[in-house]
Amino acid sequence: MKPRTKFLIGGAVVLGVAAYLMATSIEQTGVYYLTPTELSTRIAADPGFVNTGVKVGARVVPGSIQRMAGGTEYAFRVTDGTRTVPVVYHGLAPDTFTDSVDVVVGGRMGADGTFHATELLAKCASRYDNAPGAQKYKSTAGYKAAASHA
Amino acid sequence: MNALTLIGELSLWVGLLMAAWSTTVSFAGGALHRDDLVDSGVRGLYATFAMVVLASIGLWTALLTRDFSVAYVATHISANMPNLYVFTAFWSGQQGSMLFWALILSMYSTIAISTSRSRNRELIPWATGTLSAILLFFLATNCFKANPFVRLDFIPLDGSGMNPQLQSPAMAIHPPNLYLGYVATAVPFAFAIAALFTRRLNAEWLGVVRRWTLISWFFLTVGIILGMWWAYLELGWGGYWAWDPVENSSFLPWLTDTAFLHSIMIQEKRGMLRKWNVVLVVLSFLLSIFGTFITRSGVVESVHSFAQSPVGTWFGAFFFLCVGITVYLVGTRLKDLEATAELESMVSREAAFLYNNLLLIGIAFAVFWGTVFPIISEWVRGTKITVGPPFFNAVNVPLALLLLALTGVGPLIAWRKASVSNLKRQFAGPAIFGLIVGIALVIAGMRSFYATMAYALGGFVIGTITQEFYKGVRARRTIHEESLIPAFLHLIGRNRRRYGGYIVHVGIVLLFSAFAGLAFKTDNEVTLRTGQEFDVRDPYGHKWRFISQGVSTSETRDRETIGITLQTFRDNKPMGFITSEKRQYFDTQRNPLFQPLTAAGIRTTPKLDTYVVLAGVQNTGSAAGDNEATLRVTFNPLVMWVWTGGYIMLIGGLIVMWPQAERRRTQAGYAAVMPPAHAGVADIPVPV
Repeated sequence: MKPRTKFLIGGAVVLGVAAYLMATSIEQTGVYYLTPTELSTRIAADPGFVNTGVKVGARVVPGSIQRMAGGTEYAFRVTDGTRTVPVVYHGLAPDTFTDSVDVVVGGRMGADGTFHATELLAKCASRYDNAPGAQKYKSTAGYKAAASHA
Repeated sequence: MNALTLIGELSLWVGLLMAAWSTTVSFAGGALHRDDLVDSGVRGLYATFAMVVLASIGLWTALLTRDFSVAYVATHISANMPNLYVFTAFWSGQQGSMLFWALILSMYSTIAISTSRSRNRELIPWATGTLSAILLFFLATNCFKANPFVRLDFIPLDGSGMNPQLQSPAMAIHPPNLYLGYVATAVPFAFAIAALFTRRLNAEWLGVVRRWTLISWFFLTVGIILGMWWAYLELGWGGYWAWDPVENSSFLPWLTDTAFLHSIMIQEKRGMLRKWNVVLVVLSFLLSIFGTFITRSGVVESVHSFAQSPVGTWFGAFFFLCVGITVYLVGTRLKDLEATAELESMVSREAAFLYNNLLLIGIAFAVFWGTVFPIISEWVRGTKITVGPPFFNAVNVPLALLLLALTGVGPLIAWRKASVSNLKRQFAGPAIFGLIVGIALVIAGMRSFYATMAYALGGFVIGTITQEFYKGVRARRTIHEESLIPAFLHLIGRNRRRYGGYIVHVGIVLLFSAFAGLAFKTDNEVTLRTGQEFDVRDPYGHKWRFISQGVSTSETRDRETIGITLQTFRDNKPMGFITSEKRQYFDTQRNPLFQPLTAAGIRTTPKLDTYVVLAGVQNTGSAAGDNEATLRVTFNPLVMWVWTGGYIMLIGGLIVMWPQAERRRTQAGYAAVMPPAHAGVADIPVPV
């Protein structure tokens, strides 16, 4: 066998193993990323979808965050504008977790209609000014003062 | 409005015209073989650089004079911010960072073209044209889609400030380093396009390409390490790498740069891998564009789809245009890229390097796939599916361990076909050493397979490098009768590429050792009142005790700080105090700015970082001190070696990059035909 052929076989084996690892770990660790509306649509279509691990991306309803005694348990609601989902989360919340921020909660929807989160990521809207027409500055005191003078 | 800002805004538009001119006449000059057009194109490129410098001065002036009539200034800084961070706000937003890209690109282009103009005459028009075209794209984006000079129709009293998380020295220099790394890939890309166009695909274009890939690799390394350091200190989750899409996108061009820096040696020595190297050069550039796009467009950060960002469509179009041109050029020039030699044996340096490339690209592909998988799954299946760290670890850890093994094999195995005696001579000692390391760790109680493998293979690689230095120094001591330290320094100095490379490998081994330590990381959550204590064992089995000294608050001009101090003991021996803080920043009117900021309390030793984060404080009564603090205490083994390994890689990189290295090497060739001379003569260039 020519060394070139041998190398190609070896390479195919390496790439095959890599592809196999990728495929299986996507199968095992990939999770659905849904909005509250998509989540409720899926549960309506397939009640067994309850208890499937998912991630839900939504915005925290202002004023809904309750912190339980002990400090590591939270109850709050998230919304995508159409659907609102109550969430309970046990763990440490990131600094960026406050009213009206976009969050990703990972966990499963309980049969009680509450989302039990084991993971809470808050996206920091101010880290990159990505949203088109982001007019964050309009909420600053400087802007309001200037606007009231004008 | 400052006059410099006005000049800057105008210069941006003039720069756009200059880039358009330079693109047009450079390509025309190349196609028509008209030197006057080519010269004009090169001058147009230099002029573009001058214009972009003026535009940048304009934006910096607007920032530093706190000219809040400029929207970019009003949305990125506030009046009470220190000047250092006002200066760095230049690249903290989309518009500014696009201008920053253009600034670096025009500077690099000017340097690259002016230094290689006499050497690569045939390539210059096409390289200049390509670089100008890329500049044209960035300047057009700047002018039409992300203009940093857009005015507000009123002047706010203050701006919205910068997230305090970004106000850290590491963050001040992290983005420019990444950009310096990203943008440097444009130069090899331009020369690759030029070489393809002109079908001058022999060795001449490779010098420039290798040099600029090294520059890219170096700055990406600096940027990535700084980013890890910043995440570890400021984000408070106890780690330094989360496989976040933005992190991944800086890692991708680093991987292809690394692959190229290895495979180029095969082309230089054996004339093989010529197509592959072109592909790698192009990939690095495309991945840099992809990285800038991911970081800046918010595609993944905001989990929005591509088109919703204002620059998204432009970037998408540019990206696919570059892909199309390259595919066409490579496809029509396959014959010119035929290898001049064939692989002779699987047990050879060529084969080791081929597998090194395969693994690097495999890792890059896995990282890319995991990063874009949510987007792809949404296209294909209509549902967004995300993958997290378990995916990246499952795929990359085994590939990376194989790569680590090759780090030891590649540099020492013989070219063409290694003999049994070559293998024995080079690898017997290091292999035994690695085996001893592995067995010792298992006896000591290490049970993680991957971690044990990492240390055993690390031992093997260190063994090979030590052996190389030992042999080299011994030879110099015999031949040149030098003492130990001069022999060591001369060894590196006379073969900078080789021994600098070994030093980079030492850094890599240290990084792998530190990553393997992650397998033993432990996390504890605890709630403590003043005076309460918490006992826990660290991964080495030592018993730690943390005693809360109470919560304190303090206020300064721009922030309020809540802190907790813990007295610590290890095996009943006092280990000092750890203080962890949470800060809330305010604007000038004491309105809270952004979210609170965590400043983790970290006690670092070579073996272990003790990392304390104050998650929150709850009042339990009305009196002062009636509170309990929620803490997370993380034991992070070997984190210090991430930074140490990073520094060592950079030192190795500098040794390889040092310009002297190239001149010396050619002189070594001259010296071979010269009669033995006294020291000093070899330093005089000999014309031939």
